[in-house]
Amino acid sequence: MVFKMKFIKKSPWILHYDGSSCNGCDIEVLACLTPLYDIERFGAINTGNPKHADLLLITGSVNEQNISVVKQLYEQMPNPKAVVAIGVCAATGGIFKDCYNVQGGVGEVIPVDIYVPGCAARPEAIIEGVVLALNKLERRKSPRKDA
Amino acid sequence: MGKRTIVPFGPQHPVLPEPIHLDLALEDETVIEAIPSIGFVHRGLEKLVEKKDFQEYTYVAERICGICSFMHGMGYCMAVENIMSLTVPDRAEFLRTIWAELSRIHSHLLWLGLLADSIGFESLFMHCWRMREQILDLFDMTTGGRVIFSVCKIGGVRKDIDEEKLKRIVDVLNNIEDELRSLTSVFLEEQSIKGRLSGVGVLSQADAFGLGAVGPMARASGIVTDTRTLGYSAYPHVKFNIITAQEGDCFARTKVRIEEIFEAISIIRQCAALIPSDTLIAEPVKGLPKGEYFARLEQPRGEVIYYVKANGTKFLDRMRVRTPTFANLPALLQTLKGSELADVPVLVLTIDPCISCTER
Repeated sequence: MVFKMKFIKKSPWILHYDGSSCNGCDIEVLACLTPLYDIERFGAINTGNPKHADLLLITGSVNEQNISVVKQLYEQMPNPKAVVAIGVCAATGGIFKDCYNVQGGVGEVIPVDIYVPGCAARPEAIIEGVVLALNKLERRKSPRKDA
Repeated sequence: MGKRTIVPFGPQHPVLPEPIHLDLALEDETVIEAIPSIGFVHRGLEKLVEKKDFQEYTYVAERICGICSFMHGMGYCMAVENIMSLTVPDRAEFLRTIWAELSRIHSHLLWLGLLADSIGFESLFMHCWRMREQILDLFDMTTGGRVIFSVCKIGGVRKDIDEEKLKRIVDVLNNIEDELRSLTSVFLEEQSIKGRLSGVGVLSQADAFGLGAVGPMARASGIVTDTRTLGYSAYPHVKFNIITAQEGDCFARTKVRIEEIFEAISIIRQCAALIPSDTLIAEPVKGLPKGEYFARLEQPRGEVIYYVKANGTKFLDRMRVRTPTFANLPALLQTLKGSELADVPVLVLTIDPCISCTER
């Protein structure tokens, strides 16, 4: 059965996971949901349940301990789905790249659609990233082959 | 007595912005034991002192945690300044105090919002975070950053706040104080909030002392402790009260944190009035550090200890942080014992957990 996925773009549900970030990007993700930036005007809601989520927002890099958690969250999300990596740590490891317990960006473990730069990423940039990810999501009408 | 079951809590959980995992051993609905497992956010940044020189490392120290970012940078700078016997200009000390207290207000408002969210009071969460944005705007105006602003450096600060901006800060704070008063009545008088918080997770004074609780967690259990009284930075010049409560439950912890916001506002007002008008905001750094030092300061979550050991080269030997959440975890596990499963999210939140500080 093929669904028309237009409605997802109107109301994307967001799952947020903190990889090993310093909290800076995490509170900016939360700030996006609160009155000043109010990402809810795009229909986006923060959910705690990966099975309800369309977008995965990851902050921070991956390490030995959370690698399986990140993979599991991604696999539990239904198709179609998109991943937004927030902050420079999620892209490459950032300032913590040389730390012994940092294995690099989120892209090492799961496919990332949009990278949002910044340390910490500003809410405006995060919203832009989410909107770009929604466009990708809409084009992805059939389930992804690599998932 | 029912059968013992284990309920996993975290690492990804709706009330937790950060990953921590607790295995809750339950009998019926009552928690018998909570076994934490941490390490989801461990980066190993203390070892980075071997790769970044002592001046660069200020940026890493600020990224130990994004919520109390400024105070982490300040603690590290204080330790290195003491090793190198640098005197920080008076104006810089006052500026540091202003930013530190603004950070405290922002952190406590953030926490109040998360608390409201954890008990399902969504609109209150939004109100707290709306107020917090005004503080972030002040950071943006004075430093150019919202959460991590790298304005502290060894020997002083990087940016000055001019008269006009100081006035603006005081104006915004006056406004926030008014709004906060109406918010306080919701937190402290609203029956549904009282019902969720009063008598939940009681930590006795003896337990708080014995388990080494720090910050608002200890103060809500009746222990008078505040590292700011040691008189670092500009704190000797200002008057402030140490807020304590006797009950030791979640409600007392909320009360202490709300009162602390008012104290912080009053400290910033005094600083804005007393700040010396000289123009020097940073001493030039000459030479390399050699020696060791413990720096202690009061973060929103409690006492943080910085240990720095320098060997006379530009790379430090060792940098160690003891963060307040780490000190409060034993007290949390104590309060979790015997609590109801439904209260666990609230209990975990009332220590104001900062996992990324704890695991570094």
